[in-house]
Parts: sequence; C-alpha cells; structure tokens
Amino acid sequence: MVAFTKLAALSSVILKSETNMLTYTQEKQSSGANKMKFLRGAVLLIAVLTLSACASTDRFDNDNTASLGGTGISDGSASDPTSPLYFQQAVGDRVLFSVDQSTLDSTAQAVLDGQAVWLTANSDYNAIIEGHADEQGTREYNLALGARRADAAREYLLSKGVAAARLKVVSFGKERPIEICSQESCYALNRRSVTILSTGLSS
Amino acid sequence: MIQHMTLRLAACLMAAMSFGAIAGSVAQAAPLKIEITDGVIEPLPFAVPAFIAENSAAGEMAQKIARVVAEDLAGTGLFREIPKDAFISTLTSFGSPVQYADWKAVNAQALIGGAVSIGAGGKLTVKFRVYDVFASQELGKGLQFSGTEAGWRRMAHKVADAVYSRITGEGGYFDSRVVYVSENGPKNNRKKRLAIMDYDGANLQYLTDSRSIVLAPRFSPTGDRVLYTSYETGFPRIYVLDVASVGRKILQTQEGTMSFAPRFSPDGRTVVYSISAGGNTDIYRMDVKSGAAKRLTSAPSIETAPSFSPDGSQIVFESDRSGAQQLYIMGANGSDPTRISFGQGRYGTPVWSPRGDLIAFTKQSKGRFHIGVMRVDGTEERLLTASFLDEGPTWSPNGRVIMFMRETQGASGASSLYSVDISGRNLKRVRTNGGASDPSWSPLQN
Repeated sequence: MVAFTKLAALSSVILKSETNMLTYTQEKQSSGANKMKFLRGAVLLIAVLTLSACASTDRFDNDNTASLGGTGISDGSASDPTSPLYFQQAVGDRVLFSVDQSTLDSTAQAVLDGQAVWLTANSDYNAIIEGHADEQGTREYNLALGARRADAAREYLLSKGVAAARLKVVSFGKERPIEICSQESCYALNRRSVTILSTGLSS
Repeated sequence: MIQHMTLRLAACLMAAMSFGAIAGSVAQAAPLKIEITDGVIEPLPFAVPAFIAENSAAGEMAQKIARVVAEDLAGTGLFREIPKDAFISTLTSFGSPVQYADWKAVNAQALIGGAVSIGAGGKLTVKFRVYDVFASQELGKGLQFSGTEAGWRRMAHKVADAVYSRITGEGGYFDSRVVYVSENGPKNNRKKRLAIMDYDGANLQYLTDSRSIVLAPRFSPTGDRVLYTSYETGFPRIYVLDVASVGRKILQTQEGTMSFAPRFSPDGRTVVYSISAGGNTDIYRMDVKSGAAKRLTSAPSIETAPSFSPDGSQIVFESDRSGAQQLYIMGANGSDPTRISFGQGRYGTPVWSPRGDLIAFTKQSKGRFHIGVMRVDGTEERLLTASFLDEGPTWSPNGRVIMFMRETQGASGASSLYSVDISGRNLKRVRTNGGASDPSWSPLQN
C-alpha cells in the first residue's frame, strides 16, 4: 500500500500588500493495491522458465516473471534428440555477434541450420528468439540492436523452412547479460541471440 | 545598489553557463576573468540564521525548513553557506531591522531571514525576506507560503526557489521531482522498479514492483503522468502511469511489435516513441486521446530516442543511418531530417533543453561515455562528464542542471544518479535508496 501525496495550488503572497492568504491543500490518495496488480508474464514464458533448471542456461532467475504452474514442457534428457535439453546443448540454442553487428557468420549459420532441422522435426515446439547486446551502448540503441540480432536469426530460420508463425522475437538490449565482467571476453558472450523453445502457442 | 549582489552572481552564472564566447563581454570585472580562466566560480556567500518560530509548536519545523533552504542553495554550487558559529549577529524577530555591518563582517553577501508558524488544523505558514547585505537593503519583498505540515519540504523548496530566482534572475528548480528506475541485485539478475522522489532524494515512493523489467520513465509536461517501458507482457511495451493513483495502462501500439523510448510532446497530447518490427526500429507519434498513430521515419536504420523541442515543432532523435549513431532534427511530422552531430564518436539519447537553446546527449568515444551539450545546430559541443558509463541526461526545470545515470565498471558494477551543471561544474551524486538509473526530472510543481 503506497500513499501518494498530491499538493495542489500552492500559492505565494506578498507580505507587504497581501490581505488574504492562500493556502494549498493536501490530498491523501491511497493508491489501491488493486491497481498495483501486475499482469502475469506471458504464458509463453512458462516453457522458458522450465528450461531454467538447466545448468548452462542464461535465463534470469526472475521467479515472478511468470508463474510456474507445472504446465511447462519437460527438459527431457540430453540423450533424447527430441528433447529441449538436446536442442539447447547438442544443437545449440544461441549464436554470437560482433560488436555493433547483426550479421550471421558461418559459425552462427551452422548453429541455426541445426536449429532449423530440429524445429522442422519437432513441430510441436515454437520459439521466441531473444536478442541481446553488451553493455557498451545506450539503452534504446541496444534495444534496437538486440531486435536486429533476433530478427537476423529469425530470418535465417525462415529461410530454412521454419514457419513464420512459430517464431517470435524479443529484444532485451543490455538488460540481461549472462557474463558480468566489463571485458571483451564477457561482452563477446553477451552479444547473442538465444532461441527459447515453447509449446502450444502460435499466433 | 540592489544590483550589486544580483549583478555579481548573474555574472557568475553567465560565466558558468557561457560557452567561452560570452566570456569576453563580462571580462571587465577582474575577479570574474580569473574565475573563467581558472575554471573556478567563487560561490556567493549567504547566511541563513535560524528561522523564527512564531509559536511554540513551530520550533522544530523552523529549524528543518531553514536547513532545507540552505541545502538547496548551497547544493547549486553557486552559493556558499556561512557557518552559524561565525555569526556575530542574529535576527531576533521577522522583519526587525538588520545589523548589516555584522553580516558584512562575516562576509555574508546575502542574508535570508524567515519565520514559521503552525496554526489551527496544522496549517503551516512560512515567511521569508532576502537582504542584500553590501547594499544594506532588502532584495525584493517578503513572501509567504502556507500549507500543511506534511508539505513542509515543498515550502522550503519554494522559499529556496524564490531566493535563487531573485539573486540569479533565473527560474528555480528545487520544488521538483525525479522519476527513475530503482535497481537492486547483480548485473545478470537485476531487479528494476519505478521510483519517484523529490529532486534532492527526499520523499521516495515506489510506483511499481520489480516483477518485470522497467525502463526509462519520462514525466508528462505537468508531472502528473509518467511514460515508461515494461516487459510485463514478456515484450517491451509502453505504459502510461498516473502518478497520483498509480493506475497505468498500456499504450496501444501495433500488436506483435516492441515499443520503447517514449516521450511526451510539450502539450502532453502526443507521445513519440520507437517501434521495432522485423528487425527495424523507427519513430512514431501517437495522439494520446484517439490512439491515432503516424510513422515519422521509415529508413532501414535504427531511429530511436526522440525528444520534442519545447515549442513542439521539431524532434531531435538518434539514427545510425550514416553507419553509426548520430543526432538528427526533423519536423514534428517527420519532415526534413537533418544531421546535427559531426564529432568523433557516437551520439545518442538527445534531450532538448526546456529553454530550447541546447541539446543534451550521451556520447561514446574511445571506450568512454560522456554527457554533453551542444547548440541545436550542432555547434559548440561541450562534454560535461566522462566515465566508464554515463548515460541518459535529463534537464532541470530551468535548463541549468542535468541529471544522468553513471554505472561503474566490472562484475560488481552498479548504477547511480548524478547531477552536473551545464558548465560541467558541481558534479555530484544524487541521494537514492540503492541503485538508480534512467532519471527524468519533472517541471517545477505548481
């Protein structure tokens, strides 16, 4: 419960000529806690959070971004080629980018080729492609840069035959680094797109 | 004779704010010339004796209000408070004759006398007078503010704003607020939520919780609403928040896109913002009431961070259409985009000064970040700060001070708010509760 104070009509009066004194009043407005109600994270994220149990994942541990109702997908076993864990670890869920670039080098293309094959074979899954930037940039620009990177990965997957309705993009700009040092060794891993699997939703 | 003090500080201000060229016109005064070449401004010494408590209930309040007035003035870097233990005189009642010689002797050029009373129903009344000590006369007339006890800090800020205005000839900025992003936690799991506070860090309140990432809040021209970006839906979308009720609603931008970097027009009826779709980011404007949107840029490059001119006729923004981030100005409907930044490095986050004369920006050059200002035609660029990461300037209501975020380097890097005047002087950290980023300074309150 947060109380907010609104001060209205604060006025000043010149002493030597004043006759009437103006006052300002204070209104206490109790902000309804109900108005602070927040939308739950997109259902799509449920699948994402299930993946967060994996050791190598970069998903932030924002335990209230979405609610886990036990309805998420199972990671499966890394030895099962149809499992999300296999996609993440064996196929590779991410590609890296050069400074301020969104072009896909041959390494990135090879990873995305594998993703396309996997997504084609496992049509129950959809994906959200996250775009990220390192901390060397302004906030808005990095959001736009992350969007470029996510879209570059998406376009590549589309070109390999993955249906457009199965792939969404989101940019996190510089908000979610996985490596936290302020050196190129960390920056190189933060300039990435990550393909996050989800199930059941396509729009 | 009143001019004596006024002129002297006005000259200081000019020196502080000028871009070199103006310096010549005020160079006759010998001390001033030294100040310019040395890069040092001698702050004007002032004395604030304890405010008179006009009834017994007002004793503590009188002290607190006088303190805030003194802190406001000293905090500008343009004034220096004379410590009370140096005083050889006092003000015994409000409006009684002033022993100017006693104040001259302690070198107080400005003397501020005040009185406080608390009446029926907790009504708080603050009166003050400003004296030009060396001219031995009052500067302007006494003023009086009334309000509730809970609003005492605002009344103190009003007094300080009035004193600042009389002595500098400029509008004040103390009775204002800042909305920003409160940050906690490590870099790879940072929690962010919107917070609002007085310009000096007092009266902190949180406007959202930290479930979703929130970014870059921006005040409406009257300070009653805040635009910001939130990941509530899992994707960045723009919201409008009513400060008094904390109610908020999503800005109905195109479905399936990401929207961010919103700002109000000076009349509060229009929002400019960016939309990312298909990997491309462009600038749009929307009529807040009708929801009608218009696309203002359509280049394949990144166009973002739009900010209106104070008259609403133009928009400054950043674009990498030249190959790297640079600043451009276009008409409010997207006409005639013209590049204004040409220096080395990259320029982003432009914000038009409320006075209309300058544009503040973030500059990246040689691995460092700077907050800078330039004239609206791109000339007379001046960098005010330098650090590992300085970003996101916002203007004080009078266009004399800039607040921004500074983030420290490394794995334990954290953000905080700083302010600096537009000459690059008086750099200081702004008090916040924990980490802080993305400040937006409100206009002066009514």
